[in-house]
Amino acid sequence: MRRWPMRLEPIANPSFARSITPPVLAIIATVVIASLLAMLAGANPFSVLGLILKGAFGSQFALLETLNRATPLIFTGLAIAVAFRAKFWNIGAEAQLYAGALVTVVLGTGALAWPGLALIPALAMGAVLAGAVVLLVPAILKTRFGVDEVVTTLLFNFIFLLFISMLLEGPLKDPMGMGWPKSARLIPEARLPRIVDGLRLHWGFALSILCALAVWVIQTRSTLGYEMRAVGLNREAAAFAGIPVNTVLVKTALLSGGLAALAGFSEVAGLKGSLTLDLSPGFGYTGIIVAMLALLNPLGVIVSALFVAGIFVGADSMSRAAGVPTYLADMMLATALLLMVLAILLTRFRVVRD
Amino acid sequence: MNGTAEVVLRLDAITKRFGKLVANDAISLSLRRGEVVALLGENGAGKTTLMNILFGGYTADSGSVEVFGKTLPPGNSRAALDAGVGMVHQHFTLADNLTVVENIALGVRSLKSPRLRKSESYIKIKSLSEGFNLKVDPHARVGSLTVGERQRVEILKALYRDVKILILDEPTAVLTPQEADDLFATLRLAISNGLSIIFISHKLHEVMAIADRVAVLRHGKLVAETTTADTDKNALSALMMGTAAKAPDIAVSVPGKTLLSLKNVSTPDVGNVPGLKSVSLDLKAGQIIGLAGVSGNGQAALADVVGGLCMPKAGVLVLGDKVLKHWSARAAVQGGIARIPEDRHKTGTVADFDLTENAILEGYSTAPFSKGGWMSWSKARTFAADIIAKYDVRCPGPDTRIRLLSGGNMQKLILGRVLEADPQIVLANQPVRGLDIGAVNYVHSQLLAARDRGAAVLLISEDLDKIMGLSDVIHVISGGRLSPAFGRGTMTPSRLGIWMAGQGFDAPVAHAS
Repeated sequence: MRRWPMRLEPIANPSFARSITPPVLAIIATVVIASLLAMLAGANPFSVLGLILKGAFGSQFALLETLNRATPLIFTGLAIAVAFRAKFWNIGAEAQLYAGALVTVVLGTGALAWPGLALIPALAMGAVLAGAVVLLVPAILKTRFGVDEVVTTLLFNFIFLLFISMLLEGPLKDPMGMGWPKSARLIPEARLPRIVDGLRLHWGFALSILCALAVWVIQTRSTLGYEMRAVGLNREAAAFAGIPVNTVLVKTALLSGGLAALAGFSEVAGLKGSLTLDLSPGFGYTGIIVAMLALLNPLGVIVSALFVAGIFVGADSMSRAAGVPTYLADMMLATALLLMVLAILLTRFRVVRD
Repeated sequence: MNGTAEVVLRLDAITKRFGKLVANDAISLSLRRGEVVALLGENGAGKTTLMNILFGGYTADSGSVEVFGKTLPPGNSRAALDAGVGMVHQHFTLADNLTVVENIALGVRSLKSPRLRKSESYIKIKSLSEGFNLKVDPHARVGSLTVGERQRVEILKALYRDVKILILDEPTAVLTPQEADDLFATLRLAISNGLSIIFISHKLHEVMAIADRVAVLRHGKLVAETTTADTDKNALSALMMGTAAKAPDIAVSVPGKTLLSLKNVSTPDVGNVPGLKSVSLDLKAGQIIGLAGVSGNGQAALADVVGGLCMPKAGVLVLGDKVLKHWSARAAVQGGIARIPEDRHKTGTVADFDLTENAILEGYSTAPFSKGGWMSWSKARTFAADIIAKYDVRCPGPDTRIRLLSGGNMQKLILGRVLEADPQIVLANQPVRGLDIGAVNYVHSQLLAARDRGAAVLLISEDLDKIMGLSDVIHVISGGRLSPAFGRGTMTPSRLGIWMAGQGFDAPVAHAS
């Protein structure tokens, strides 16, 4: 039998250089591979990369567009980072996002005729509750019956999206919508105002930054954060020490589901104003990439969400200018993710040749 | 042994570094035909690294391995096997769902051959099994065998491949004294057939009994190489540790009131491992209660019940004067039970937590570490620093990740964590397994100190020497059943062995308690 002539050897105490070099190399390699792809598409790689950068951060308009696009990704990225930190594999941020959006339109289209200062927090709270409840079901199935949450949360995405589709074709359908499957528009009091008048950036972005800070404080300073990290790093030791593992997992799920739901709330109340089936172009799934690129660090989520949003927004405008398909953005992200996962591996293991 | 027999294995100036640590420092060792060389050393002395280099798991930084005069290519695990070197690991490498024959033939036959020729194999295994006094049914499924039998299968596996050099890594750790005697008889037969053996151990009396020569490793260096005829246990122990080891002097204790009592406690079986069968046990103040037994006979179930990880299926637990209705790990901690877990890596610590976070793993939820849902990390850090100082945990500081500590230092942190609260009851499950002698003595002294200030200590160990050396009373557990209590000095290893093999329970045996 032939043996693979290389293997991985764990590094007991990785040096600083060891933990920083592979991620840096991963970023460089991502740029190189993206350039090659651009060349394959028949464009000059330097101008393509330049156009992406310019399209994402090159003007006030571009920058605000990127921040707007990053907002839901920060929420879903945080939701994933919180859950994955406790090794609770929530793949269902998409469903929780729609749950948040659903509550926002149900309550925000006139059911509650409150002034904005009362209505907006109420909608946010309602969204958080809805997202938490949506993830509560898989959490209970897991802790009570040992049902794998990867399967339940993933499949729940499809169920929930079809459920939303049913509502949009039925009771929630906008009578003024000319037959399109969309909900009625939020009343003006329910809309998230812009942070600065005249600039297209709503308070949802500020809320997402606030949430990232809050999650960071919870993880590092609170008792629950300590429990979540212990459960994630070594469930057996946590249980032995008397940490109520199942309770911690359920609390983690509630927090994670609530954060993902805020993405739906912020998209509807801040940007779209109504609910449609294309509210999220996969923010729930892209949140996994965001969280992984951030190494599950809540503050890192802000940076990686900006990076991912920048690539998407930049690729849109690059595509118009250079004629390279926007799919380049997807390929860049996939490359970045794979290389980053590899880089993380290489910070903890070294390759040994036999 | 014959000092002029052919040299079959020669390790020449093997050096291996891991970062700054020199795991093997120019170690040279030779093995002659028909000879048993014991490799003796504390944990972390470099025994495993040396054997890994021999087997190609690691590549030495310098030095060479020669088998029958031929140099082995470095880092090639196949080469050592092909040259006739076999190893029986501490943790067996057998497939439970296959039979003995299948397990043995599996690694030898090419996987490409359409079928394993079992009848041929059967005949060879049968003759080896008889020739070497290795009793085992070749058609039995490995999953149904006892630990002792599995070890015989491992040895048969090596013999089947016609190994000339056999390496045994801590082979008696899992055996009853009788099984160990059988193993030694087998090894003597093997030697007379021209096999050469490297015997890795830290049990001095076994080394003295079986080995011709002893090589002592300490901190990666070969500190002594001597024939067993020219040395004794004390001298070896001194060589191993660097200072002469002294057994703790133990004063007789007077038992106090019963602190925890199990009455007819039963737990369900888990797979092949028996649960408790109507076990009654009193843990009395000021006593070390030793639990002897071969691994996998219900020790884990008993430890789980006492430690709060499992509520008995039947029977009652009485803590102090309260019959327990709700029992959990946290209830056990808050009920004053100090729990030293069997596996300090998997259940005792969180490897990627630092010492501070590990120090508060049990007490984190209460003041002063947690107030109103928020952690007080400064208090936690002070607590960890106190443990580090008081229990002599060798580490760079409380912010060090615990995975970087040696087993002994990890265990000291666990001791500090559970003993700082002056517990009433100490559950010590294999507290010194895998530790070097210095750490072993330290753990034992801490258990004795806990006893002397009035705690009840339940000591679970597979090492009879330790049980007999420390315990005020001894129980034997076998098949989930608990023997009567035997007082200090009333039992010999062989009598305990009979109980460990499950034979004392049915016959009425007179005992002192």
